[in-house]
Amino acid sequence: MCLGIPMKVVKIDGDEGVVEAGGLRKRANLSLTKGLRIGDYVLLHAGFAIEKLKDKEARKTLQVLRDMHI
Amino acid sequence: MKYVDEYRNKRLIDKVAREIRSVADKGRFYNIMEVCGTHTMNIFRFGLRDLLPSNIRLMSGPGCPVCVTPNEFIDKAIWLGGLKGVIIATFGDMFRVPGSYSSLEKEKAAGCDVRMVYSSMDALDIARKNPEREVVFLGVGFETTSPTVAQSILAARKDEIGNFSVLSGHKTMPEALRSLVRGSRLNIGGFLLPGHVSVIIGKRPYEFLSKSYKKRCVIAGFEPLDILEAILMLITQKRPAIEIQYTRVTGKSGNPIARRAMEKVFDKKASLWRGIGKIKDSGLVIKDNFSDFDAEKRFSPKIKRPKENKGCICGDVLQGVKTPLDCGLFGKACNPENPVGSCMVSTEGTCAAYYKYRGKGNG
Repeated sequence: MCLGIPMKVVKIDGDEGVVEAGGLRKRANLSLTKGLRIGDYVLLHAGFAIEKLKDKEARKTLQVLRDMHI
Repeated sequence: MKYVDEYRNKRLIDKVAREIRSVADKGRFYNIMEVCGTHTMNIFRFGLRDLLPSNIRLMSGPGCPVCVTPNEFIDKAIWLGGLKGVIIATFGDMFRVPGSYSSLEKEKAAGCDVRMVYSSMDALDIARKNPEREVVFLGVGFETTSPTVAQSILAARKDEIGNFSVLSGHKTMPEALRSLVRGSRLNIGGFLLPGHVSVIIGKRPYEFLSKSYKKRCVIAGFEPLDILEAILMLITQKRPAIEIQYTRVTGKSGNPIARRAMEKVFDKKASLWRGIGKIKDSGLVIKDNFSDFDAEKRFSPKIKRPKENKGCICGDVLQGVKTPLDCGLFGKACNPENPVGSCMVSTEGTCAAYYKYRGKGNG
């Protein structure tokens, strides 16, 4: 139930917005996140953007795993 | 999908699993609890148990909100649904959960107006469009979900929507973990902590786990690479600490806007967990100054004494003490078509996961 899906912000209108992932568009409430811009990725849970994704951190996680020598 | 596909990369998954096998100390036994139901589901779905050496044991924990919701809550929801003019709005997961005497699904078939919604805001929309009806939203979920429900109550107050209320069954995770480690029925060495609860609360509320109870903990994401990396971090953690694997979403201090919304609307109170019992300060009730949006206060549900489902061992399963395979009902009297306990109903319940992926390393 704590499912959260990373979705791209495609429209912002005050606290309301539209997010998209895999060709699917959804209405999203943006009132729990600050300073969002079009193109940002957010974690969508129960119709709300509950956090913005940090791309730098996302890439770092993968790089650490790729660089692991074994 | 971005931020999903790259964390399911087969080659990297194999590589991290190899690393886990090579660094795991063969003389040691690692007992790790994955707290969250979404973790449990993905561990089964991606066959991750098969990739781990036999001395790393994963146990499922109490982090499935639907599973830990007691019969009493369902009974109250059903009572409210029986009132004239009431619409019950609920997340789909709650629809089929059996209460003491019935389920919302059965009540709907009998004529109750029960509607499934994806968001509490959708329930608020139903209230807006049906001013002559009373809309009761069933508030279930941990800290990931409760801020969204708080926002809906705040919006209802702001927009003066008088026919919207919430039956709050919200619960909080750290208190349940405290009761679990205190109970000491299990020898848990470390925890994979729930990534999306932590998005909201950050890492501080878990610190007692490493400081007072010397448990190793990693806040983990949900894709297979996240889960495996978190296991690797756990087994190589030098001394007990709360580390974050899921850094792309979860910050150390969580989401303060969401926490403020929660604190504005809810107070902490003791709460009953199905099969586990009452846990101090682990529930969220609606504050007195929002009592007009509190279905409990507005309608005072009068229910018969709740009863538990006979033979169901959900409570032990939720605490990791038993697995579904220890249950006499599992796969026989209790299956997804005809669930006896909530762990079989919820898509992320441990019993549902075992049933769906039986044979994929779940022994």
